[in-house]
Amino acid sequence: MSTLETLAADIASGTVTIVDLTHTLDPDFPVIILPPEFGQCARFRMEEISAYDHRGPAWKWHNLTLSEHTGTHFDAPSHWISGRDVPNGAVDEIPVDAFVGPVIVIDCSAGVAENDDYELTPEVIQAWEAQHGTIPEDSWVLMRTDWSKRSGDLYLNMKEDGPHSPGPTPDGIRFLVEGRNIRGFGTETVGTDAGQGAHYTPPFPAHYILHGAGKYGLQCLANLDQLPPTGAILMAAPLKIKNGTGSPLRVLAMVNR
Amino acid sequence: MIEALQLPPRKDPQKRTVSPTRPPEARSRASLGLSAAAAEGRFALQVCAECNAVQYPPRDACSNCIGTDLPWQNISPAGLLLADTVIQTSTKLYFRERTPWRMGTVKLDAGPVVLCHIHSDCKKNAPVTMLNRLDAAGQGVLLAIPTTRTTNMEDDPLLRALSADPKHRRILITDAWNPNTPALATALIEAGAAAVFVGESESWRPHPNRAALAQIDKVEVQPLDVTDTASVKKLAGEFGGKTDILINNARFMRPGGVLERGDTVFARDEMEVNYLGLMRLAQAFGPAMCGRTADGVNASAAWVNILSVNALSNSPDYGCFSASNAAAYSLSQSLRGEFRSAGLRVMNCFVGPTDDAWYQPLPPPKVLPAAVARSVVDGLKAGLEDVWCGDVAKDVRERWMRDAKVLEREMTTGVDGA
Repeated sequence: MSTLETLAADIASGTVTIVDLTHTLDPDFPVIILPPEFGQCARFRMEEISAYDHRGPAWKWHNLTLSEHTGTHFDAPSHWISGRDVPNGAVDEIPVDAFVGPVIVIDCSAGVAENDDYELTPEVIQAWEAQHGTIPEDSWVLMRTDWSKRSGDLYLNMKEDGPHSPGPTPDGIRFLVEGRNIRGFGTETVGTDAGQGAHYTPPFPAHYILHGAGKYGLQCLANLDQLPPTGAILMAAPLKIKNGTGSPLRVLAMVNR
Repeated sequence: MIEALQLPPRKDPQKRTVSPTRPPEARSRASLGLSAAAAEGRFALQVCAECNAVQYPPRDACSNCIGTDLPWQNISPAGLLLADTVIQTSTKLYFRERTPWRMGTVKLDAGPVVLCHIHSDCKKNAPVTMLNRLDAAGQGVLLAIPTTRTTNMEDDPLLRALSADPKHRRILITDAWNPNTPALATALIEAGAAAVFVGESESWRPHPNRAALAQIDKVEVQPLDVTDTASVKKLAGEFGGKTDILINNARFMRPGGVLERGDTVFARDEMEVNYLGLMRLAQAFGPAMCGRTADGVNASAAWVNILSVNALSNSPDYGCFSASNAAAYSLSQSLRGEFRSAGLRVMNCFVGPTDDAWYQPLPPPKVLPAAVARSVVDGLKAGLEDVWCGDVAKDVRERWMRDAKVLEREMTTGVDGA
């Protein structure tokens, strides 16, 4: 049997399972909030065109309104100022083989349960490597926090001094990008950066460092607790939007059981 | 003396809801000046420009000198009740359902003797004050009330029918985030509202009014986002049948005209909230409210929009916001036409710059939340269609009535320099 035939058989038999890492696109799902004088991310909206009625007797369909960065979404290098000149930096230009690849998961959920502002540092990553081996080059790295289990105003966790949610420190993300040459970094929170990420140097280090190096981001992921630390395959193909800086998408993982 | 109106008992679910009927709507074009004055709560009659004779009823030529220049002018509402009668039956269904009905003649201090509706507490040969109110057909009608206040006088069935009094009514305010919402809710409850529902969008983030609203008795916060059709439909499905007055105070605004922004993102948000939000609300809540305008003491009574006075004439500093309000104003006129047959009033409360974050760089005078609340409650009690809240709104209204083009030229003055 070919590799793919084996894979198909393993999926059919349940030896390989498919895990959905995506939140439902829902009008009530939070989006990132910026100071109100800045442009804002469009919320997901759905307007009925017809529903088997006088507007179209035999069919139902909707028009959608959303941002490239609404819901579970992919960040392309051109999303950030540091990645504006990266070759193939838009979602329609990224080689498609980047959309399927190995993924490792760093479980930070215990630390996050204690501290909303939990930081992913080089030390945390090295401790993970001591247990699971060096992060392979060109892997997706996902930060598991169980943050996706929060709902309502606990998700953004917005306070008067801004949102409080976990994320990588500048050194943490630099370690992954420069030290391990990862493919991309993903989180369960609304962005790849910590809620207080604006106060690091550089501000928003995950965005700045990842995209400046031509790496990708994934955010608003779910079900990371169903992934093993190593060995899964991530499938994350953004919509082919001309010059798109990102895209909502269905993120799936193949996991060996 | 009038018995105080009681909160009605819960509705008998086995009884059919009474369908709305209407008093006669047809008027001559000359007569419509009375309705235009009633829309703003003014008592006005035609006064001959040649001989100053006050005219009644409205006409096309002066009853004294046959002059044809008969502008409408505010005149003294004082008069004396000459005679009255009680009508026991009528061929008109609306009156037939409401007999006995008191009518009479009042000698106005300004001259004419007018035929009008009479408040139950008016005494013959006693002084009365005239009101010019919009009836259920949206036409101005004259009503005499006692010059001195009497107990529970607002609860007279006739006066209540010529108003949209919040007393005992259930009211939906659409936007918990608007800085004017706590003041509106408080004022409506003080005016006797039975319940105030407040729509809250994006409850996934904190907003400054949440704590204030939680402290007001009879306020119930419900999820509602006027940019989300499903959310509007859901709330209407649950509360549409007990929304007697809807106050749409949802507002999205950013300063700037067309060139300042260089994109359409905020302009689209403004249209989504200020214009399409109104449309979504009307499509979801309008039919049920139209079906309940004759539903007893707490029948549905009014639809209220809080609009920028720049809906009338654009202020380029807030050019795109003004345009969205012009669109909403125009839509409110369509709604007046569409709600007319049901007798549901559409009241627009026009405000000048409000005292909140987005108007912060503007100098005073600015409209405080309490002033908006007072204007809305007073407007509902008087059954108005057009309310001008604050000095700026009143000034713009005056200039707009005088010459809309001159106003436009004043509002669009340039600045010197390269």
